[in-house]
Amino acid sequence: MILYTLAIVLFLVGLYGVLVKRNIFKIIIGLAVIEYAVNLLFALIGYRYGGAAPIRTQGMPQDTLFVDPIPQALVLTAIVIGLATTALIAAVAVRIYEKYDTYDVRKIRKLRG
Amino acid sequence: MNWLPLFVVVPLGMAFLTPILSKWLKWFPDAAANLATGSAMALSIVALPFAKATTVYFVGGWMPFNGVPIGIHLVLDGLTVLMLLAVNLVAFACTVYSVSYMKHYTDKAKFVTLFLLMVAGLNGVVVSGDLFNVFVFFEITAIACYALVAFGVEAEELEASFKYQVLGGVASSLILLGIALFYWLTGTLNLADGARVLAQKEGNPAVFFIGGLLFTGFGLKGALMPFHAWLPDAHPSAPAPVSAMLSGVVIKVLGVYAICRVFFNVLGVTPALLSVLLVLGVVSMTVGVLLALAQWDFKRLLAYHSISQMGYIVIGIGLGTPLGILGGLFHLVNHTVFKSLLFLNAGALEYATGTRNLKRLGGLNRKMPVTSGTSMIASFSIAGLPPFNGFWSKLVIVLACVQAGHPIIAGWAVLGSILTLASFLKVQRYAFWGELRETWARVREAPAPMCAAMIALAILCLAMGALLIPSVKAAVLDPAVEVLTGGLSYASKALGG
Amino acid sequence: MRGMTPIVQCISRLMAPSIFLLGVYVVLHGHLTPGGGFAGGVLIAGAFVLLVLAFGSDEWRSRALNWNATVFESLGLFFFWFLAVMGLIEGVPFFVNVIAKANPGHPYRLFSAGIIPLCNAAIGMEVAAGLFFVFMCLAILKMGEKP
Repeated sequence: MILYTLAIVLFLVGLYGVLVKRNIFKIIIGLAVIEYAVNLLFALIGYRYGGAAPIRTQGMPQDTLFVDPIPQALVLTAIVIGLATTALIAAVAVRIYEKYDTYDVRKIRKLRG
Repeated sequence: MNWLPLFVVVPLGMAFLTPILSKWLKWFPDAAANLATGSAMALSIVALPFAKATTVYFVGGWMPFNGVPIGIHLVLDGLTVLMLLAVNLVAFACTVYSVSYMKHYTDKAKFVTLFLLMVAGLNGVVVSGDLFNVFVFFEITAIACYALVAFGVEAEELEASFKYQVLGGVASSLILLGIALFYWLTGTLNLADGARVLAQKEGNPAVFFIGGLLFTGFGLKGALMPFHAWLPDAHPSAPAPVSAMLSGVVIKVLGVYAICRVFFNVLGVTPALLSVLLVLGVVSMTVGVLLALAQWDFKRLLAYHSISQMGYIVIGIGLGTPLGILGGLFHLVNHTVFKSLLFLNAGALEYATGTRNLKRLGGLNRKMPVTSGTSMIASFSIAGLPPFNGFWSKLVIVLACVQAGHPIIAGWAVLGSILTLASFLKVQRYAFWGELRETWARVREAPAPMCAAMIALAILCLAMGALLIPSVKAAVLDPAVEVLTGGLSYASKALGG
Repeated sequence: MRGMTPIVQCISRLMAPSIFLLGVYVVLHGHLTPGGGFAGGVLIAGAFVLLVLAFGSDEWRSRALNWNATVFESLGLFFFWFLAVMGLIEGVPFFVNVIAKANPGHPYRLFSAGIIPLCNAAIGMEVAAGLFFVFMCLAILKMGEKP
C-alpha cells in the first residue's frame, strides 16, 4: 500500500515541476518524472505475493506462481513511448533556445490573444 | 473480414518505405501518400454495408479461451465505420492538396512519413477494441502531430508545438494512469470484456475516479473547454493540410470518439456525466465564438471556431437521447468536411499571397474564384444556412435540445449560430470582397491539385444534407447512433462475434 | 564537440565491441531471457554513443552516418512490418506466428518460437539506429547548423 502512495507522490512531484518551474528543461524533466511515476504504478499493480519473474526457464515446476506479465509488457511499451515523447520535446526545446535566446517560459510568448 | 487490419497496415507500410525509397525516386512520396490514403478511403466505403453488425477480428489468431479474450481484438461496428469514412476522406483530400502546397516547405519525404503515421494512428484508434491498443495508437497519432505542428521550423511554430507537447504529455500520462487503474479493477484490457466485468461491480467508487482521469485526458487531447489552451496556437502554426487534419479529424477522434467509446460502451453513462458534457459543451460554444470574433488572423479565427463547433457536438452527445446523439454525430461528420475545407482555403490564400492577416487581404474573389467560391460555401455551412449541411445538423441539435427539455440551451445554440455567421461574414468581406489592393495585383489562383481537393470537399458540403434522407440515414448514421444508445450491449455483441 | 584524452579513447575502443556484443546477445535471446528488442537496441546504440563521446563529433561528421542511420531505422521498421503482414499474405489473421505453426522448434533453445527472434532483431536494429540518430542530432547541432 505504501508503494502505491509513493508512486502517486512521485506523480505529484512531476506535476509540480510541470506547473511551477519556469525553465523549459525543468518542465521537460517534470514531464519525464510524471511518466516514470505512472509506469512504476502500472508495474506495481501486477505484483503477486511470492510470485516469480514471469519467464519460464528449464526445470521449473509446472505450477509455479508468476507475477502478472501483462503490466510488464504494457510498461515496456509505455517506456518506449515516453522515450520518444521526451526526445521530441527535447529537440524542440533546443531549437526554441536558438530562436528565442532564453530558457524562461514566461518570455516565450509570441503567440497571444 | 480479413481486410480490417489493412486500414492500419497500408499507411504504416507506405510510411516506412518512404524514407528509404525517396532518396532515389523523387516522385515516391507523393505517389505513396495518395496511394495509401486513397486505398484507405476506398476500403472505408467498402466497409459501409458491414456497419449494421458488429464484426470482430482476432489479431495473431488468438481466439478467446472459455469466452475470455486473450488477444487483441479489432472491432468494426456502426460508429467505427462512420469515423473511418470521415478520417480517410479528409486524409485523401489533404494528401491531394499537399502535392502542390508542400513545395513551400523543405522536406517532402519526412512530411509524407509523418502524415501517413498520423493517418495510421487515427485509423488504429478507431478500429481497435482493446484499451491499451487504443492508447498506443493515441500516442502514435499524438507524436506525429507534435512533429507536424513544428514542421516549418519558425519561432512561433516551435513555441506552439512545445505548448501542445507539454499539455499532450500530461494528458497521455493521465490516460495511462486511468488504464492502469482500469486493469487493476477489472483484470482485463479488452473493452467488451471490461464492460461485462464492470457491469457486475455496480457502483464501485473507483469507477468514478477512473472515469474522471480518462475524461480529463481525453478532454485535454480533444480541446474541450477548459482544456483548450493549446489549440489556438497549434492549429494556425501547422502547414495547411496538417491544420485541416488536426482540426477536422484529430480532435474528434482523440476527444469525442474516445469519450463516446469508453464512457457510453464500457464505463456506463450516468446523469452526472451527461450534465458535465452539457455544461462543457455550452461553455465551449459561447466562449469559442466570442473569442473568435476578435481575431484578425484567419487560421487562429478558424481554430477558435473549432472549439465552438466542438461545443455543439458535445451538447448533442451530452443530451443522451437518440435524436441528440444523431445530431451530435451528424454535426461531427459535417464539421470534419467544412472545417477542413476552410483550413484548405486559408492555406490556398497563404500560398498565393503569403499572409494570413485579414486586414491586409482584400478583394481576392476576382483573382481566386475557386478559393473564394468554396470558402463561401464552407462559411455558410458552418454558420448554418440552408441548404448546406451545417444547417441540417444544427437543426437536429436544436430540436433535440427542445425535446429533451432544455429550451435555454437551444436558444444559446441559435445565438451561437448567429455570432458564427457574423464572424464569417467579416472573414468574407475582408478577404474576398471589397477593393483589390495593388500588392495583390499579380496573384494567381491556386494550383490544380489544391483546387481539386477544395472543390471535392465543397461538393460534399452541398450534398451531405442528403444524409438525413431516411434510406441513407439508415445505412450511415443510424448504426452509429445505435452503438451509442445501446450502451453496454456493445459488450455482448463484441464478445459473441 | 571535442573528444576526450587518449586514455579514454583507448579504453572505449576496447569496450565498444563488448558492449555491442552484449546488446546483440540481449536482442537475440529475447525469447529466453529478459530484455528483447528495446533493451538490446538501447545497448547497441550505447556502444556507438560511447565512441562518439570519446572521439568527438568532428570525426563522425565527415562520414555519411546520418543517412545510414535513417536507412537502418526504416529498414528495421519495414522488416517488422513485413513479418507482421506475412500472415495476411498467406491467408491467416494478421501477425500470426507463421514460422512456429509451420515448423515448431524445441522450447528453451535459441532457434525456436517462430517469428519472435526475427521481430526482436528488427526492433533492435530500429531502436539502435533511431536512438543513435537522435543523439547525433542533439549533440552535433550547434547554433544555426543543419545535420
